[in-house]
Amino acid sequence: MEFAIYCKNLCRSFGEIQAVKSLTLGIKRGEIYGFLGPNGAGKTTSLRMLSTLLKPTSGEGWVAGHDISKEPELVRLKIGTTLQEASLDNILTGRETLTYQGRYYGLSQNQIQTRIDELAPLLDMDAIDRRVKTYSGGMKRRLDVAASLIHNPEVLFLDEPTTGLDPVSRIKVWEEIRQLNSNYNITIFLTTQYLDEADQLADRVGILSGGEILTEGSPEELKRKIGKDVICVRVGENGASGTSNGSGENGENNKSDRQELLDALGKVSGVSSVDEQPGELLIGAENGTAVLGEVAVILKGSSEDVIEISLRSPTLDEVFLEATGYRIKTHEDEPTSTEETQTVENLKN
Amino acid sequence: METPAIIARRINFFFGLRVAASRSVRVLPRDLALIIPTLIVPIFFFAVTIGALSNLAQGANLEIDYKAFQLPVAILTAVTGVSRAGALVIDIQQGYFDRLMLTPLNRYSILLGLMIADLVVFIILSVPVVALGLIVGVRFETGILGILVFIGLGALWGLVYTGFPYAMALFTGNPTAVNNSFLLFFPFIFLTTAWVPKENLSGWLSSVATLNPVTYILEGLRSLFLEWDALELGKALLAIAGIGIAAQSLAFWGLIKRSRTD
Ligand SMILES: Nc1ncnc2c1ncn2[C@@H]1O[C@H](COP(=O)(O)OP(=O)(O)OP(=O)(O)O)[C@@H](O)[C@H]1O
Ligand SMILES: [Mg+2]
Repeated sequence: MEFAIYCKNLCRSFGEIQAVKSLTLGIKRGEIYGFLGPNGAGKTTSLRMLSTLLKPTSGEGWVAGHDISKEPELVRLKIGTTLQEASLDNILTGRETLTYQGRYYGLSQNQIQTRIDELAPLLDMDAIDRRVKTYSGGMKRRLDVAASLIHNPEVLFLDEPTTGLDPVSRIKVWEEIRQLNSNYNITIFLTTQYLDEADQLADRVGILSGGEILTEGSPEELKRKIGKDVICVRVGENGASGTSNGSGENGENNKSDRQELLDALGKVSGVSSVDEQPGELLIGAENGTAVLGEVAVILKGSSEDVIEISLRSPTLDEVFLEATGYRIKTHEDEPTSTEETQTVENLKN
Repeated sequence: METPAIIARRINFFFGLRVAASRSVRVLPRDLALIIPTLIVPIFFFAVTIGALSNLAQGANLEIDYKAFQLPVAILTAVTGVSRAGALVIDIQQGYFDRLMLTPLNRYSILLGLMIADLVVFIILSVPVVALGLIVGVRFETGILGILVFIGLGALWGLVYTGFPYAMALFTGNPTAVNNSFLLFFPFIFLTTAWVPKENLSGWLSSVATLNPVTYILEGLRSLFLEWDALELGKALLAIAGIGIAAQSLAFWGLIKRSRTD
């Protein structure tokens, strides 16, 4: 199997800081690989090494068949890179930006025009002859991505392509990434802080934290590691007060009621885990539907103010939590995978 | 699978230089706000000095008219320190420099392309200054060719001097540092025969002026008003080359440092 991106024990330090510790990756031709990690995880450093902007402190890597340290010029011909920060000249127009970019890669005027037409869905064609400085952040971002694609690269590096975009722009960029991948079989390496983005786009995800890959696999594989289903119970802030079993107003009683409830839920056969999060209880189960009834009964008998019960597959968020011990942000508050969601509202009437 | 017909290829150095220069020249008209003031200052100084000092200078033993004596000073102050280094700093700040580093474009052509735009600016700046000189009655005994050599030497000096602002831009990435690199020229121009001939300079100033390369550039330019003087022109070229090697080495060192990947 020929890898489009392959690296072995790639390391990068900045003085004392070890930004990337021994990165080993194999990304197949035509794959979309998502690098998911919080701020400072080492995403940009990894991407800059692979795209020849930064020399590794140690280790080796090959991109599109060429050694990133020994043949960076050959790598550059075959890759397109959109950096995390905009990298545009504000004084040029959109069309000039794309034209010069094409020129740097030896394209003719006709070829550049063809490419601009092909990239039109990504661009704001109404604004193409306006100076970049008049563009909004989202328009700049999409022009930036388009410029990186002008020469039809085999491998595309995208550093947080949708950070700061509105939902409509984000979906446009996602669409274009999918199209590029399916129409031209471009290998895409993207970094993101967003679970839904990795989930939506990536064939494979690597979870990066502190310069190391903690876990790697397809979104489905990663979720499966957690357990099959999750029952998500949203509870009110002061759930246990003033309810049927007459417990008092003070917090201590609430706490012990909550603990009793968690114990009871954990004892239900088929439940594999019970996890308490602010405002919600997460109940892991091999078969969520089978245990849902019993869980509901226990909840009804408890002092909790249950707002909503839903059943879903685990999200990457939970995978992330499991791997790193903390949560990562999502674009929206909605659950990232909504298939097979059953909601029981107002259980307690 | 569809194979894209359009693929990237390596461009040769000269084509790359042409593309880089084309970008730098194309944006010049959009930066006029930066170019116009650099023209006003030397013309103003020229007008003031010939107006105020002409009578004073009559006592000095000048081979040439004081207006002619001042014209080389005007052209040097017009071009010195003018460069596209400000644009380079902006490229660095807005990330476009990184984008260029990711392309197969030769990194030297980035700097040389900017310098080609500088040459265009120097011509734009020199022509009105020389025209003003001719209008107030400065005569070149060496004729049209002498005028072209005059402008050419001025532009060549301006070009080699850009090494300082480019070095500032590349080492610091800071626009203020770039603007200040012009100040470096002030002691050079004051400690020369810019305002009075060497015979009239007092002892220590006279020795400093003798050591100052800018003196020889001024003398070389002044020789063009009288006759073709290979020795004077040769000394001027040597002075330009000396400072040029220093300034441009700094700039290219800065470029190499800025584009290093480790
Ligand atoms: N040029 C540099 N000099 C010194 N330290 C650096 C440099 N670049 C990155 N670092 C450090 O390396 C670590 C990883 O940074 P990196 O930019 O790769 O993270 P990231 O995952 O891209 O984060 P973000 O989501 O904020 O973009 C951080 O601790 C950062 O401070
Ligand atoms: Mg980053």
